[in-house]
Order: sequence, then structure tokens, then C-alpha cells
Amino acid sequence: MPEYISTIGLEIHAQVRTASKMFDGCSADYAGSPPNSRVSVVSLGLPGALPVVNARAIEYAALSGLALNCTVNQRSIFSRKSYPYPDLPKGFQITQYDEPLCSDGWIEIRLASGATRRIGIERLHIEEDTGRLIHADDGSSLIDYNRSGVPLMEIVTRPDIATPEEARLTFEKIRQILVWIGVNSGNLEEGALRCDANVSVRPAGQAAYGAKVEIKNINSFRFVERALAFEIQRQIAVLEAGGVVTQETRGWDEFRGETVGQRSKEYAHDYRYFPEPDIPPLVLSAEWIAARRAELPELPDARRARFESGYALSPQDADLLTLERPIADYFEAAVAAAQAVGGTPKDVANWVLNEGFRLLKERNEPAVRLVERMPVAHLAALIDLVARGAINRNVAKQVFEASFDSGADPARLVAEQGLTQISDSAALASVAREVIAANPRVVAEYRGGKTSAIQYLVGQMMRATRGQANPQLARELLEAALAAEQ
Amino acid sequence: MPLSPQEVLHVARLARLRLDPEELERMRSQLSAILDHIAMLQEVDVSGVPPTAQVTNLVTVLRPDEVTEELSREAALANAPDQRDGMFRVRAVFDE
Repeated sequence: MPEYISTIGLEIHAQVRTASKMFDGCSADYAGSPPNSRVSVVSLGLPGALPVVNARAIEYAALSGLALNCTVNQRSIFSRKSYPYPDLPKGFQITQYDEPLCSDGWIEIRLASGATRRIGIERLHIEEDTGRLIHADDGSSLIDYNRSGVPLMEIVTRPDIATPEEARLTFEKIRQILVWIGVNSGNLEEGALRCDANVSVRPAGQAAYGAKVEIKNINSFRFVERALAFEIQRQIAVLEAGGVVTQETRGWDEFRGETVGQRSKEYAHDYRYFPEPDIPPLVLSAEWIAARRAELPELPDARRARFESGYALSPQDADLLTLERPIADYFEAAVAAAQAVGGTPKDVANWVLNEGFRLLKERNEPAVRLVERMPVAHLAALIDLVARGAINRNVAKQVFEASFDSGADPARLVAEQGLTQISDSAALASVAREVIAANPRVVAEYRGGKTSAIQYLVGQMMRATRGQANPQLARELLEAALAAEQ
Repeated sequence: MPLSPQEVLHVARLARLRLDPEELERMRSQLSAILDHIAMLQEVDVSGVPPTAQVTNLVTVLRPDEVTEELSREAALANAPDQRDGMFRVRAVFDE
């Protein structure tokens, strides 16, 4: 069987987080609203209604283009794309065609192997979302136009993606960037971010691309990977059997784990684009574009690199701490607070990643909840308690969890529950003698040369003190007592 | 240049119109005449004239991102030929 090369490109539709719709002043916040309560003459496509462009949608789309390393074009125009379904009532969609807002960008993805790959962004353009179609039980369709006219960005990658994994990473990276700069909610379940994938397969050594199949409406990262893996194998099987892959649109059926052909031939698309006569060209000055560039925050990849070099974090830790901007901000604020009391960035990273993320996962909460669960001041107080020797690490973990759950200040928890570490040599020395007396067999092993047996005795001391003994001191006292009694 | 019956049927399908043979022939002759008339524009020398879709000379007409106007559901649905559960009801639409 010959080797096959797969070629993948993504089209990502991202809703822009504006208050009002793309071309009129009705609310874009449709989630949870009764059907057809977020509509106007424009979003219903009533005759004579004039669409007027939402300034913030343009700002956010330009910001997105810059974050994706695109050129923001000083001139772009809107076009009408014929659309025959009733979820857009005008019979066309206002979009951009031959002169999009942004073009020629790239992103970088990091593969599981650690290697990085650059994926080209062909364009980013503005358009409007469709309404929602509900298929009723009586064979009719019902339409809710609340979503009709919500601003959308369409982001089209170049066919630079070689594997389903790279496709997922590309989708994830674009989501990370859009959420990071605050232009998209990142909510795939609610449809705020959606992905179509184009994929073709050809035998290695063949220059011409194979027939392109479009997979529509992939609404999760996992499905992108699974749908593409399935589709690549399907196309290879067709070629291996001597068949021809047909250019078509297929849908991902998660239940069957297959892509399924859609009846695209009967409804061959005839978009008949033409310039939108109701919307004048969009002309942006170099100053305006420079102002958007100045608004761009430090982006996740740059931040990750700075976390690695500036805080001496491992690549894995830096990656986890920069997945979401609120977490990265939280981490940096916590580092500043912790350093003031003698903690290190590594201490903060360990608390956030080991304890914080573990508890969030157990309680099934999103990572950003850590910011409220464990405010910077509380994390710094905990690090301070450990740095001063007031509590040991094991007690500190319990305090972290108690503080995480109750919202109480760790210092108060320690004081109220009497958790302060016992560093009183006299008190601990008597505990050491008791433990030695109670464990003659282990003591004999230790004296017989098995020095690791002392760990058991330290554990017994921790137990006797309800975890509050200073473990280092406990060990020293045990060693001294064992040496003295010999 | 007279249109072919296939071209007329294609345009009719895009417009969701059903034409009987007599209508098809009438539309074919009328559309052909209109296209011939418009085709006279081809004779004008437009080299050096930039394409234009606008005659207002306006550029970059924007509005601030504010919620300013909404129709009530009742008003939105007032002229709907058919409705159910606060939604517009239409003949079944299949996904693509």
C-alpha cells in the first residue's frame, strides 16, 4: 500500500463579542432569550431596512487579524452571497468576498512531540450569523431569528495542516488567541466558535491534490480530530479500491462515528457574489490600524516564552499557566505577592498546578474559577506560612483545600484549628522517644543498617502530632535519640 | 444572444420559481431581449474607469456598538404567514 499524504484546511466561524448585532442595533446577546425577541427590521430582512456596520465588530475583527499575524487591509468591501435557506430571511448573507478585512497571517502550533509548525492564515473576514432552524415534529421548520445578524468572523487557514492532530491544535490555538484578546467567548457548546474542515488525500509522490471533501459543523476539538481521522481513512480506502473520491460536503455524525455524505449535488451552490450596494467601502487609516496594534495584549505564545525564561518554569508548566489569560494574570500577581514573603515562582506554579488544578478538576470547575476560589492574597499567605515554618507542607495542602472550599484566609484557618507546626525541640524529643519505644522492630532494622527505616519512624511522629511536627526537626531528633541510646 | 431553455430553468430554480413550458418560452424571449439591451453597455470603452458598486462617495459608515432598536415579538411575527411557539413556520428545510 503506497503512503498517502493528507492536506487539511480549516474554516473557523467565530462570533464577535459585541453588545449589538453586526448591521443593526438589536441585542446580540440571544442566549436564553425567547425566540424572535432579539430582532429588528434589519435582522428580519424587512424591505427598505438599511444595514449599518457595527464599529466595535470591525475593531475586534482587526484586532483578531493582528493577533493572527495578518495584514489589516486599509480598504475592504462587503458583498452579498446568495443563500437559499430561510434562516437568513433576506435570501443572501452579507459577507466579504474579494476584498476581506484581513489577509495573509499565520499561527504557530506545538505538537505533542514538542516540535512547532507554522500554519498560514489565508484571510479573516466579517459576516453575519444565520438564525436558528428547528425541525418540528409535523414536518415543518420553525425559525428563530435571534441569532440572525450576530457578527461573525470567518477565519480561513491555508492548506498547511497535515494531520488530524495538527487540525485540532490549530483550532485550539485560534480559540486560545481569540478568547485571550477578548473578542470571542470560546464557547463551542453554544456555537460561538464552529469549525468546518477541508481535506484531501493523495499518494506520496503525486503533485496534484486529491478531490477536496468539506466536513461541516464540527463542534468540538475532539470531533475535529476524529472526523478527519475517519475521513482520511475513508478516502484512502476509496483510492485503494481503485475508486475516485468525489468532491462533496459531508457531515460528522458523532453517534455513528462517521462522516456522512450530504445531498450537495442536488443543491449545487451558486453563490452569485456581488458588492453590497447598501454598505459603503470600509476604509481604515494607517493610524487607526496602528491604534488597534497598540491595543493588542501580550499574546499567549510570547507570555509562555517569558514565563519559561523569566520565572524558570518548565515548558509544560509555562504552557499550562498560559492557556487562559485570567490564569496567566493570576499567576503573575501571585508571584509578585509570594516573592514579597520569600516565595518563588516555582512555589506558586506548584500550588496552582498541583493543588489548584487538581481541586478544580475534582469539583468539575473551569480553571478560571481558581481566581475566586484562591485569591492571590490567600495563596501568598499560605506560601508565607510555609516559608516561615509555621506549617509544614502536608498541613499546608490541607489548609489550601480548606481555604479553596471555604474562602477563608489560610492564616486564620491555621490559627483557629491549631495547625501550627510544632518546632519545639523539647516537645518533639519526647514524642521521638515514645515512637522509638513503641517500634522496637523498626529500630532494630535501622540499627542493622537499613537507614531508610527512619522514614517509618518520622511518619509515626507525624501521626502522633496530627501532622503538625516539623518533619525535618522530627528526623533530626529521631537520629539523635537513636544514636544516644545505642 | 438568446438564452437557452436550460439557462432560463437554472435561473428559475435559483429564484425558486416553477415555469410551465409556455412561461419558460415567454421568459426566455423576454430575458433575452433584456440582456441584449443591457449588452449595449459593452460597447462603451471603460478602460481606465475603476469598477464601482457605489455612487454615494461615502466610505466607512459605522455606528457605535449600542443596543438601540428592537421589535417586539408580536410586531416581528405580525406579518408572518404562519407561526408556532413564537417562531416563523415554514415548509420543512433539510440541512443542505
